[in-house]
Amino acid sequence: MVDLAPHTATSPWFKDNARTALADAELQNALKFVEANFIARRREVAGQLPEFELLRDSARDIRDHTLAHLDLYLAAYEKRVVEHGGHVHYAVTGEDAQRIVLGICRKLGARTVTKGKSMVAEEIGLNDFLEAHGVIPVETDLGEYIVQLRQEMPSHIIAPAVHLTKAQIESEFRRVHTHLPRDRNLAEPTSLLAEARAVLREKFLTADVGITGANFLVAETGTSVIVTNEGNGDLTQTLPRAHIVLASIEKLVPTLEDLSQLLRVLARSATGQEMSVYTTLSTGPRRPDDPDGPAEYHVVLLDNGRSSMLGGAFRDMLRCIRCGACMNHCPIYHAVGGHAYGWVYSGPMGAVLTPSLIGIDRAGHLPNASTFCGRCEEVCPVRIPLPRMMRSWREREFEQHLSPATVRSGLAFWAFFAKRPRLYGIATAAAARLLGFVGRRWGRFAWLPLASGWTRHRDFPAPQGATFQAQWKSAERGRLARSYVSSAGGQSGKGTGGTDGRDRRAPGPPP
Amino acid sequence: MAEPMARRVGLFVTCLVDLIRPSVGFAAATLLEDAGCTVEVPPQSCCGQPAFNSGDRATAREIAAQVIVAFAPYDYVVAPSGSCAGMLKVHYPELFRGDPNWQPHADALAEKTYELVSFLVDVCGLDRVKARLEATATYHDSCSSLRELGVRDQPRRLLATVEGLRLAEMRDTEVCCGFGGTFCVKYPEISNAIVAKKAAAIAATGADLLLAGDLGCLMNMAGKLQRDGAKIEARHVAEVLAGMTHEPAIGVPPRRGAA
Repeated sequence: MVDLAPHTATSPWFKDNARTALADAELQNALKFVEANFIARRREVAGQLPEFELLRDSARDIRDHTLAHLDLYLAAYEKRVVEHGGHVHYAVTGEDAQRIVLGICRKLGARTVTKGKSMVAEEIGLNDFLEAHGVIPVETDLGEYIVQLRQEMPSHIIAPAVHLTKAQIESEFRRVHTHLPRDRNLAEPTSLLAEARAVLREKFLTADVGITGANFLVAETGTSVIVTNEGNGDLTQTLPRAHIVLASIEKLVPTLEDLSQLLRVLARSATGQEMSVYTTLSTGPRRPDDPDGPAEYHVVLLDNGRSSMLGGAFRDMLRCIRCGACMNHCPIYHAVGGHAYGWVYSGPMGAVLTPSLIGIDRAGHLPNASTFCGRCEEVCPVRIPLPRMMRSWREREFEQHLSPATVRSGLAFWAFFAKRPRLYGIATAAAARLLGFVGRRWGRFAWLPLASGWTRHRDFPAPQGATFQAQWKSAERGRLARSYVSSAGGQSGKGTGGTDGRDRRAPGPPP
Repeated sequence: MAEPMARRVGLFVTCLVDLIRPSVGFAAATLLEDAGCTVEVPPQSCCGQPAFNSGDRATAREIAAQVIVAFAPYDYVVAPSGSCAGMLKVHYPELFRGDPNWQPHADALAEKTYELVSFLVDVCGLDRVKARLEATATYHDSCSSLRELGVRDQPRRLLATVEGLRLAEMRDTEVCCGFGGTFCVKYPEISNAIVAKKAAAIAATGADLLLAGDLGCLMNMAGKLQRDGAKIEARHVAEVLAGMTHEPAIGVPPRRGAA
């Protein structure tokens, strides 16, 4: 198993991860799916809903309101859960949450737990922990099941195995499901799904505890909500004796009405569906006249640094409803995939959230690896200003002297001139003339000292010659001289050649 | 008669145009003058984005203050770049938010700052240009122009009036080219992967000319196309709109014998 605890994050080696990812032909092939599918589907389904932009405003406002009164809503939620016969456990750290979950499993003598997809479980490295303590976790979401088999972490918060091709999944199934006939046909995605279903069906029936995450927790009713497309979450939470909901504290929403508003933007933003196939609301354990359901219902509420984000610069990040739209639209994510980010959360939301959770000293690359193209913010259903917050991380890094020495000294050198426009003018005029002279023959450079990052992959254009400001100034002088000469009734002066004068239109095509 | 009414524009030429491609600055000045503005160029360096985006807020603020002072006298500030105009218009007010001395000045500068083509269309009411160019062009939307300033239709509307010019839209024209300022040298491999996709999208249009409103993006895309050996020229949209395409395209050497 991969240990997902923060200390094993490979985020500090983002650059190496990215290089590996770019050279991985199969990964590159698999990543095409993200660009080709999610974006067009979201655009289509959002376009069909005239009030979609208003719904985004409303979703943002609901999340902001909840965060502003989170203490009240947590208390109200807890009260309702308990009224319905459930248990609420508060976990300050990931270790606390691990211990609480293990405690419940031990009390029930559980040996196998089934799991619905939960990013919070990934965040605290729950699978490794349970396994190390003799409890076998079985992921039941198809994508999660596949990455569990491969001992990987999810590469996307809603599509855990999006980094894999169908052929890779087939070979993984053949490697692990050795009890099945070797000559079985797994060419179609549906046959892969059927095989996973058959294998998992058995696990569902033998599991003692089911663990799910929660997309939302409703304070009004004490309800946990999951949205899935496979139905695995329902089986995970209704078949075993106990259902544990593992969720972070910011998942609260005040009312069912608020929930319905958020659901309207969630699936549309995520997969481009109007609604996910299953939207399952659970309130407490099985009641006497319920046909099914768990005998015990536990909620583990994880803080893990979130309450300290509430009062700070990254509070807006807590609005996130984990739809994945930001990564679906991110050119960096499209290029390197989710694993390169080195920890649980990837793409723009990961670039903002990961430093909050594992430290900017370890996750510094993530908010830097962005062109600030702004597409993430453009599609975020709760309008999180992701680029602005990535910039805030860069500011912290700079303040704490964590940015690389070469960046700092380069910046200082440039800033020295940029703060002194006249000196800047002299320096750039000299640079432009020199580069312009050297590069004149070919019009561009295939290699430049100190700019190999650029010239390794592209040519760099040679400057045309004198800087604009230098030319403009001499043109102004020419113009003044001209007006002086013409007002004195003499001959109009001639431009000094080049791109001078209003004659600025000048250098026409050579005769 | 028109002279005293003329809009007084301070041209924020941008550091890349100043250093690499002054002809874009002259094209911008020509377009502005033809639209009835008077154009002045106060001494200037850079908008401060490299510092701002590297987290060096103090330096960014110093440079911003200098720009605010230098451009205070003008009715408008116009830049042939969505990125630099966006810095002045969107991010300067952020830099000075809550500062009682500077915020009003930053807001005032933001209020009167425009990207060149949107200024010509939205403020000057320009709806056609007198230019001619036999070419098939494809236009790349720079991220800042598109998403920070909402510039999309304006350049296309004016380009449609250039005699002889056909416009062939590329797929994913709203997707970043991978330049990202210092990003392209800090993460060169990723930047390369992104611009490679962009170059393929450009080539797929069959266009012989790539246009955009930001020199940074253009240098990135042109540099990649040239490294790949593609025979597609790249120019700033202002050059075409001003009819000033006699200068060699970006990264192309001057013809032998030409001055």
